[in-house]
Amino acid sequence: MRVFMLGWEFPPFISGGLGTACYGLTKAMNDLGMEIIFVLPKPVETHSATHVKMLSPLQCQAAASTSGSQTTLQAREQEFPNVTFRSVPSPLEAYATPQYYQQKIEGIIREKTVQAATEKGVEPAIQQWLGRAEEYVHIPHDQYSGDMYSEIHRYAAYAVRLAMRENFDVIHAHDWMTYPAGIAVAAVTGKPLVVHVHSTEFDRSGEHVNQMVYDIERRGMHAASKIIAVSYLTRNIIISRYGVLGEKVEVVYNGVEQNGDNRQAFTRVGISSNEKIVLFLGRITMQKGPEYFLMAARKVLEEIENVKFVMAGSGDMMHRIIEMAAQMGIGHKVLFTGFLRGHDVEKVYQMADLYVMPSVSEPFGIAPLEALNHDVPVLISKQSGVSEVLTHVLKVDFWDVNEMANKIIAVLKYPPLQLTLREHGNFEVRRLRWSGAAEKCRKVYERMLQPA
Amino acid sequence: MASVCFYFQVHQPFRLRHYTVFDHSPRYFDEFKNASICRKVANKCYLPANRLLLDVIRRFEGRFKISYSLTGVILEQFRKYCPEVMSTFDALAETGCVEFLGETYYHSLSFLYSYEEFTEQINKHTDLICRLYGQTPRVFRNTELIYSNALAETIEKMGRFDAIITEGADHILGCRSSNFVYRPPNCSHIKLLLKNYSLSDDIAFRFGNRQWSEYPLTADKFASWVNRANGNGQCVNLFMDYETFGEHQWEDTGIFSFMNHLPEEVLKHPDNNFMTPSEVADTYEPVGVVDVPHIISWADLERDLSAWLGNAMQSNALHEIYEIEKHIKQTHNEELIADWRRLQTSDHFYYMCTKYFSDGDVHKYFNPYESPYDSYINFMNVVSNLRERCQQLFLPHKREPLSKIS
Repeated sequence: MRVFMLGWEFPPFISGGLGTACYGLTKAMNDLGMEIIFVLPKPVETHSATHVKMLSPLQCQAAASTSGSQTTLQAREQEFPNVTFRSVPSPLEAYATPQYYQQKIEGIIREKTVQAATEKGVEPAIQQWLGRAEEYVHIPHDQYSGDMYSEIHRYAAYAVRLAMRENFDVIHAHDWMTYPAGIAVAAVTGKPLVVHVHSTEFDRSGEHVNQMVYDIERRGMHAASKIIAVSYLTRNIIISRYGVLGEKVEVVYNGVEQNGDNRQAFTRVGISSNEKIVLFLGRITMQKGPEYFLMAARKVLEEIENVKFVMAGSGDMMHRIIEMAAQMGIGHKVLFTGFLRGHDVEKVYQMADLYVMPSVSEPFGIAPLEALNHDVPVLISKQSGVSEVLTHVLKVDFWDVNEMANKIIAVLKYPPLQLTLREHGNFEVRRLRWSGAAEKCRKVYERMLQPA
Repeated sequence: MASVCFYFQVHQPFRLRHYTVFDHSPRYFDEFKNASICRKVANKCYLPANRLLLDVIRRFEGRFKISYSLTGVILEQFRKYCPEVMSTFDALAETGCVEFLGETYYHSLSFLYSYEEFTEQINKHTDLICRLYGQTPRVFRNTELIYSNALAETIEKMGRFDAIITEGADHILGCRSSNFVYRPPNCSHIKLLLKNYSLSDDIAFRFGNRQWSEYPLTADKFASWVNRANGNGQCVNLFMDYETFGEHQWEDTGIFSFMNHLPEEVLKHPDNNFMTPSEVADTYEPVGVVDVPHIISWADLERDLSAWLGNAMQSNALHEIYEIEKHIKQTHNEELIADWRRLQTSDHFYYMCTKYFSDGDVHKYFNPYESPYDSYINFMNVVSNLRERCQQLFLPHKREPLSKIS
């Protein structure tokens, strides 16, 4: 089974759960012996130890000519043999518009139909178009900057080009940014498309949806042969808001990587410091409910003194939240760390007595699984997909700050609660592995490829 | 001879209301929920089952007998929320074919924590049963059939009881059958009646299960199973929750008509009869000693305490409750003591059980909370308040610091 996978982010360059999910899923698929060609929107420089081989189209064209890159590739191949990473170079043409790329794709499809039988196929046309692709321009790693609309169409055009050179059975597209690419690749190659919905526009923007994004999502879902939703919560949104038939939508829950030394935190908690730490880790944006966290924090502080609230993450609401904490008079009790990566995330988990995810809308939510993996008890909102799979956690309606505070206090006040949550939670999270998710994805592919 | 001995457990806890750390009211119990559950179960189970059994008892003119164990807390609730149930139990008591057993008034686990509290609750329960039904209980059943040699010795020392009812667990009987009367070690007088869990569970759990190979269970089929004990046993002890009739097994499973026809089918065999537990104890001599050094119960597959004492939250909550016993009693405040005792009801700790994976369904079905964690938080918040109340009542009299309980 060869999968042509279209993704938007990948560790270490992530802004949220999507990159983490792609990492975990591809790793588990690799372990199952599935071959994956993973296409990213930009070249990824990996300093971190990663299990994958990363390639940009430029490296491809040069046939891996430089010896340096060759050795890195070989080393990575040994680590993680079945996944090939491809990425799209930075914007090549300053004035390229989405329409330009769409026309290009249409052109390719047209030519392909005409010359389908010839051996050369569409290669010449693509080569001509990409003739100027030598120049490499570095762009910042902030995925959500710039003109998103042209970005995704540029990505689509390159994805098509990469797809022409590859052999695969299935196209798997992660989230709306890659749907146009998925549709285009499916149209060019005739292979079935699976779209993987990690979140919808309704999760990100509430009722104030961006019509353009919604339209892209809707088109992707309708063009797909199968849709993978990360939870039943998301599946329901796909059915009710996007008008997709239920039979087309499968639920595959995310998993979490088992990290080796996670029991460290177990011995530390409650010993080294008498100040308790309640952790919020995620983007500080509307959908994550940071203001409910603060409102609950204020209530907690009315009852107990020796507690600090750590907000790890960044986002468009960050300044408002900092101001809000100050206005509430709890500024000295709330710490902002900014966006954390890698080892810093580990450290903050090890410090925490409780992880709170007060999301207003959360299609899945991998972070609670990571917290449980680090032996941190978890309080999540009932409005999250992950609450469908976790039983050994505390749950609360995101708007019910009274109850949220009640539960936070209980965890800090009654050590047996923390102990039981931690023990059972850590046990439960072991069942939620990426291998299970990869296995389910494979079943989805297989059922799709079977002649009806 | 096979004497069929029915004992039905009748119990509902006083469920707590949602109580956060921000609450300071001394009203802990959810009147509305308790009333509505009590009335619902009364209409589905207690009333129709009592009427049916009363009818059967009258029809058989003394040949059909049963026994009940009514907890103090359910009797309080009947009186408060559905007094009509009380009158049907009165009518049953008047037939002379119904025996009432003794137990802890609050359906508590006090045996495990406090001898003083344990005996006080049994005495309180005995007083209530005497007052209501004119019988002094002669047979004791501990909460959830929790039992060990130590319990038998304690009960024998009380001097009032002739027999104890407990679970006929395989690991205490070995190859022996539960259809005989046994004796605990180190006891001279008291006898043991053991639950025939296989036949009891056929009615209580499997009756309406369409996947069960014996489905549907008819009265004559069940009577034929009872007959197998003939010549190979003295008694068949069918012990179950009374809510089996109409609540656990809904009316449309045919459970009521099964009970209606069962006495007739059982009595078709000339050697069969029905007895109450104390009659069994009077009639049969023990055939051997059953040694139970470790505590057993009738719960789950394990037949142990793990449903109430299986995780850190449960043991902590129980510990907290019994730790304040002395201080609560020193206040001599009846309201406070009653609240404290209602918190001892085993159900509160059952709700905190985290054993979901093997027999989770049963645990979830009876749980008014969304999770065991919620129930622990609620319970502990109530206990905190109870402790504060205790402290406030206590401090004016004596200036003794309550460091232990603060």
